[in-house]
Parts: sequence; structure tokens; C-alpha cells
Amino acid sequence: MPTGIRDKVVVLGMGCSKFGEHWDKNAEDLVLDAYEECLADAGIETSQIDAAWFATAIEEQHVGKSGIPLAVALRLPLIPITRVENYCASGTEAFRGAVYAVAAGAADIALAVGVEKLKDTGYGGLPQRTRGVVNDMMIANASAPGAFAQLASAYRTKHGISATDLKRAMAQVSVKSHANAVKNPRAHLRREIDIDTVIKAPIVAEPLGLYDCCGVSDGAACAIVTTPEIARGLGKQGLIAVKALQLSVSNGVEASHNSWDGSYFMTTRRAATNAYEEAGIRNPREEISMAEVHDCFSITELVTMEDLFISKEGNAWRDFLDGFYNSDGGLPCQIDGGLKCFGHPIGASGLRMLYEGYLQLCGRAEKRQLDALKLVLTHNLGGFPHQNVASVSIIGRYEKNV
Amino acid sequence: MEGSGIVAFGAYVPQLRLSRQAVVQANAWFNDSIRSLAKGERSMCNWDEDALTMAVEAARDCLQGVDRGSVRDVVLASTTLPFADRQNAGILATALNLPEEISTSDSGGSQRAATTDLLRALKSAPADPKALTLVVASEKRRAKAASAQELLFGDGAAAVLLGTTNPIARLVASHQISIDFADHYRGEGEAFDYSWEERWVRDEGYRCIVPRALSGLLEKAGIEPGAVDRFILPGAVAHDLAKRAGIRADAVADTLSGVMGDAGSAQPLVMLVHALERAKPGETIVVIGFGQGSDAILFKVTDAITKLAPRRAVAGSLARRRSETNYQRYLAFNGLVNMDRGPRSELDKQTALSALYRNRQTILGFIGGKCRQCGTVQFPKSNVCVNPNCGTTRSQNDHPLADAHAQIQSWTADNLTYSPDPPQHFGMIVFEDGGRLMADITDVGKGEIDVGMPVRMMFRVKDYDERRGFRRYFWKAVPADLPQTAS
Repeated sequence: MPTGIRDKVVVLGMGCSKFGEHWDKNAEDLVLDAYEECLADAGIETSQIDAAWFATAIEEQHVGKSGIPLAVALRLPLIPITRVENYCASGTEAFRGAVYAVAAGAADIALAVGVEKLKDTGYGGLPQRTRGVVNDMMIANASAPGAFAQLASAYRTKHGISATDLKRAMAQVSVKSHANAVKNPRAHLRREIDIDTVIKAPIVAEPLGLYDCCGVSDGAACAIVTTPEIARGLGKQGLIAVKALQLSVSNGVEASHNSWDGSYFMTTRRAATNAYEEAGIRNPREEISMAEVHDCFSITELVTMEDLFISKEGNAWRDFLDGFYNSDGGLPCQIDGGLKCFGHPIGASGLRMLYEGYLQLCGRAEKRQLDALKLVLTHNLGGFPHQNVASVSIIGRYEKNV
Repeated sequence: MEGSGIVAFGAYVPQLRLSRQAVVQANAWFNDSIRSLAKGERSMCNWDEDALTMAVEAARDCLQGVDRGSVRDVVLASTTLPFADRQNAGILATALNLPEEISTSDSGGSQRAATTDLLRALKSAPADPKALTLVVASEKRRAKAASAQELLFGDGAAAVLLGTTNPIARLVASHQISIDFADHYRGEGEAFDYSWEERWVRDEGYRCIVPRALSGLLEKAGIEPGAVDRFILPGAVAHDLAKRAGIRADAVADTLSGVMGDAGSAQPLVMLVHALERAKPGETIVVIGFGQGSDAILFKVTDAITKLAPRRAVAGSLARRRSETNYQRYLAFNGLVNMDRGPRSELDKQTALSALYRNRQTILGFIGGKCRQCGTVQFPKSNVCVNPNCGTTRSQNDHPLADAHAQIQSWTADNLTYSPDPPQHFGMIVFEDGGRLMADITDVGKGEIDVGMPVRMMFRVKDYDERRGFRRYFWKAVPADLPQTAS
């Protein structure tokens, strides 16, 4: 086992634009909104950044390929910039790149930026794109909600849960996130809803209704990372360190081998197991203080809480109905509103989750501020349940003496 | 010619049956004369069915239990094939996983195409007693809205396998007449037929041409009209012509006009299969094809028919029925109304022909792989075995999956993705002996599917590339409402 990333790199600053339907902004404008906040938080100049990682998932919808759009948007001074894409985990990939560069000594200070400008398609939902000339000839005619809806039928069959009970638990997932987002001025959707509204909403893909699906938003988020020593040298107090960064990518077993039953994420389980080992966590339900998980759809969040070994298998639906993941529950989840309400500009989402965790750990989360925080978990899930990329990241206070 | 005959048969009629009453209700304000046709129903293709997909299904039905390596010749007869220049029979043969060292051909140009092909194939039976010829006829006929044709036509396909070893029906005699009698025509590039007056067609066409073919046939066969046990002639004049010829009224075959309509060039074969599935040894069957002349063929049913395994054929197809009372859906499926399909339908469907060719066994033949090391079946066939406990490289043999037993592991009904018939059903389809794929599910209505439901695979239209006139085909799951047989 590698020694891992724990306490090797700290966050120097973070920033996040308001997420939403920014009809008046280009991707470059959103990047600048996030970057200005981040740079001020870090207390450095652009010239001090050694390298950058830039995440966009559907780049043909806005900025195009390569690291150039980021370099041009911020006039970065001819530094190395790597553009990364790994579906909805893209933002976390940018963070990983920056963190590993610092840990490796390749950069003293590194920048991670994620952005997505989705609202120029002319229709609701995610942009439709080719999946490649061979895949296009075989792939099922699936929307994203349709692909994730598969989880619901497999999960309720496996655990013998009635469609009504599961629908109600899924509704509670969304009700909780809406309640949280009311307190977040940067969130896309800021309106409280009740369970009946969710249950009675039009069906997008059986059994997912309108309120089981996250927002499609424009937005950007970024992070500047460095070593604990440099951060201290720059006068930074109360350092927030990276405790674990893990990624797991489907290799076709779920899609093509009958050992997978369709009710869970094989990749999330692997990434979580590795992340807990990297961070030294034995009992995630007790040791993790809050989580920002990839709630692209209510059923995704519900199943994910089991795959993170926080809820017992077959029991997450009860935990949600019991309020365990509410803001005043045992493990607050999506305290910023999540993808559901903060919004989901794909390339930015992983960094947005880390941004909320960082704010919370720094005690700067204003009306959303939680008490007695130790470790924050973020989780991304890109692709489809049967073929995906899952990331699990853990951050917490830097506790070593420099 | 001696000894050649039909060794097996199959058929396919689409599940959807359009209520003629629904059509007449919508259109009688415009065309009052169609009121008399408001009885029964006609078969209608789902949006993802066409003459080629129906041909594949009819052929699969016909070929069950048959060694596909014995098929040496494939003939596909139709006037409504999807490609004018790309051999449709070649796609059919690929979908059926037939060997490449065979002859394949399309034919059309007349409502008589299938009977002519059938006869030509019977007369040119190869010397090899094991060699088989597959003749498939399929038709998805287009008709203008509010026309009588719209009510009279139906969609369907039939297949017969010909050979010289133990035929179930032996060719006894035939007689052919060629006359340029144009009761209707369809010019190049035209979507619809143009027809002449029905009374002229009956008097100068059927009543003059068919009796000549029939009398020539019976003379060659040395059989009296009264000895004909089954008289097969599509259209409304069969009883009239049988009576004039001295054929028994009880011998006149049901034209299936009440339950499926007239599937054009395929109809004589559909009716022949319908007759064969109930035929007894010793029966005399006469098949008539009509169109710019006439083909008359006489078969004698043999004892071998009692040994043919049961199959879907026509009766099974007709039993697999879903009533369609929404005439608007028929119009939409047949391109007769300009529906607002929304921006999600605009995704470019261009097909990379080189990629299709390279992957033709996977896409058209639905061939997966089976690992020689661990036995794991997988789709698609891949370079590295998917079994997490195996992972052997370059270890997979071809493994056909089209006939494998399967069931639904997870599913949804998707209202967001563009579908010509929303919601789009799809789910994880798991094959009993290994292999799976996330596949479209078709021929189902809302609330009709669930986890664990048995399904079978069917060859269907995946996408229409309307900009380029191309169609993509792939395999989809349908409810397994028929007994499944492994091939």
C-alpha cells in the first residue's frame, strides 16, 4: 500500500461562483468569479502559481478542448496546464492533479479549476452528444435519469422494499437538500419543498420524478493547494489538509458480467474502502462529520450512503426517512444543497463539494455552519451505474506540527 | 425438380393491430367510401420495425432447429425493402449468422415477387441433398392517409426453407404467366402506389389472368379442381375465382384480411405458412401469386409434416397481439404526419460504415464471446475476459446470443430521451448462461415490465438517419411471450 496523500498537501484557498442559469455569462466569466475569490482567500498573486489543472466534461458545449481556455481566461503566465475530463468526477480530477503535483514536489503552489457552461443547448437536461461511432450503434437509448433509474428497480427488488416506500425515501433525499439550499445564497435552487410535491411531480424516468433529479447549472469552482510548510510561511492559520483522494473506474464487469446485481456502485465501494484506509478511518459512520455526495438523482444519493459504508446495506432508505442525513442529523449530507439544489455544472461539481467542506471546516459556512466538525467526505460519480467513475475525497484539519 | 419442396416454414406479423374502426372514424369525413371497410384490424409495424426486421424474425422462426451452415441461398422478396442499393438479403444473412460462402439476393418489382422466387428456387434445387434455400418475403406497405389501401394493407413476413431431403410439402407442378397488366404501380422514388379502378382490376385482371394460370397448373399436375384441398389467393376474389374454377368453397384459404390485412408480395407466403401449420399429410395446396401476370404452384403435403417442431408461424404471430386504437400513432410511425419531435431528436445519426463493417457480427449478428479459459459468456466479445477472476487475453470464441434465454435485472420507462414512441423502455438484460447488456426494450406498454421478467431478443431498427436515408439496426429485448427454444 502506498503511503498515501494524508496530510501532505493543504488547501491555501478556494472559490466558487454562484451556480445557476447564467444566461448573461460565458464560462470565462464564471471561472473569473471563482478564481478571484480563491486568490483572495489564498492571499497570493497569480504569478506564484506553478501549475494548473482544468476540468470540463462537455467542453464542446462551451470552451473547447485543452488547457488553453483556462490560460487565456486568467492570462496565466505560460505555466503548465492540464485539461482533465472524467465525467462528473472531472472537478475532483483537477484537484487530484494539483494535489499530487504539490505532493510530488513538481509544484509549490498549484491551481485546480472546474467549470461547465451547460445552459446554451436550447433544451432542459444535459446536452446530448455522440458516445463514439461504435457505441452509438449499440448503446441503449437512455437519458441520464433513465440510466440511474435502473438502480431503483434493482435496489427495491434486492431488499424487498415496496415501490411506495422507496419513492418516499427518495423524496426525503430531495426534501432535505432543498431545505439546506434555502440557507445557501450561491445555490441554484433555493425553495423548500415537501414530500408530497416530490411524489406527485411528473415522472422523468420511472420512478424518478422531476424533484428526484438535480439541477443542470452553469458554474465554476476552484482551489489553490500547497504544502503545509509553504502555507504556514504565507501566514495561513487553521490549515485544512487533504486526508484521502481515491478514484475507482469501472472496467466493464457491471456492464458485461453477471456478478453485479445492479443495486449498488461497485466503484464507490472500492474508492471508499481505499479512502478510509488512506485517511485512517475505521468507522465512517462515527468518524465522518459531514458528506457532500454525488446526488445527481435521489436514488444515487440513497444507494451511495450504503456504498460509503455509512448506512447498512438495505438500510439507507430508513436512515433518510429517520432524518439521519438532515442538517441536524447524525451525519449531515448535502448541507450546501448538493447537486440537487446547489446545481451541477459537471466540471465544477467536485470542487464545489470540497469548497463547502473547506468553508465548514474553516467555520465560514454562515447560516449553514455545523458544529464539531472533524472529517469531511466528498464523493463524485460519473457515467452510469453500470459503467462509471467514482471518486472519494476526505479533508480535515491539518494536525501535524510543522 | 423432382423431390424438391418445403422443409420448414416460419412467419412474423407485428404485434400491433390497428383498429379499422379507429381509422374510419378519423377519415370518413374526407373519404366516405371507406365506411364499408370499418371491420376488423390490420397489422402494423412498431416504429422500429420494417420489411427487413420482420424478415429476420420470420427467418428465425423458420430456421429453428436447422443447421444454419446448410443454408446456401437466401432470397428476400419485397417491394418495400429499406435499401434500394445495399443488398437487404445480405443484412438478413448477417443477422441470421449464416455462412459467408452463400448466394444472397433481393427481389421485388411486383406483388408476385415472392411466388416467382419460390418457384425459381424450387426448380433450381442444388444437387447436394443437404443444401437448403431460404426464401423470405416481407412487406411494410405505405399508403396515403384516408385511402382504402391504408385499411386493406397489413405488415408481415413469411419464410420457407427449401430442400430435397424429407420435404413437408413437395412441389408437384407450376404454371406461370407474364402479362403487363398494371392494376397499380409505384414509380421510382415514389412513396405510394397509384391504382386503377377496382372493377377493371377484378374483371380484366384477376378473372382473366388467374384462371389461365390455374387451368395450366391443374392440367400439368393432372389434378381435377375438386381435388384441391387448399386454394391460396390473396385479395377479395378468391371465393369468386374458386367457384368459377370448380374448387371447393371449403378449400379457399382465409386471406387473413380481417385480422392482419394484405402484406403485398409476402401475403401468398403468409397464407401458405398459415395453411401448412394446420395441414395434414396428403393435402393438395395451390398457391397463386398475382401481379403483372400470375404464378400458380401446386404442393402435396407429405408425412414429414407431422414431425416438424411446433413454431410461432402465423397462428402464433396473430396470437401475439396488441390492439392499437390510436390512429395518430399509425400516422406518426409511418411518417404520415409531421410530429414536433423536439431538439433531442436532432442528434446526428451518421453511421461510420467502416466501424459497422468491422463490428458487423456484434451489431447485426448479436455475437458475443465465450472465454475458452473460464467459460464466461460476454457481450460484446472482447480482447480481455471480463470475469474478474479470469482476465485471460485473446481467449474468446464467437458465441451467438440472439436465441439465449434472458430476463430483466433492472429497467425504466424514460420520458426524457427522444423516442418515436415514449416512454423509452430499457434495462439490464441478463442472459441465463452468461452475458448481459443494457438494452432497449420494445413492444411493451406502460406498467407491463418488471424485474425478473423473461425476455427474448429481436432484430430492430435502432435509429433512422433521415439526413442520409440510412437505418441502424440492433437487437432489442421483447417480452418472451412464446416458449423459448435454444438453437
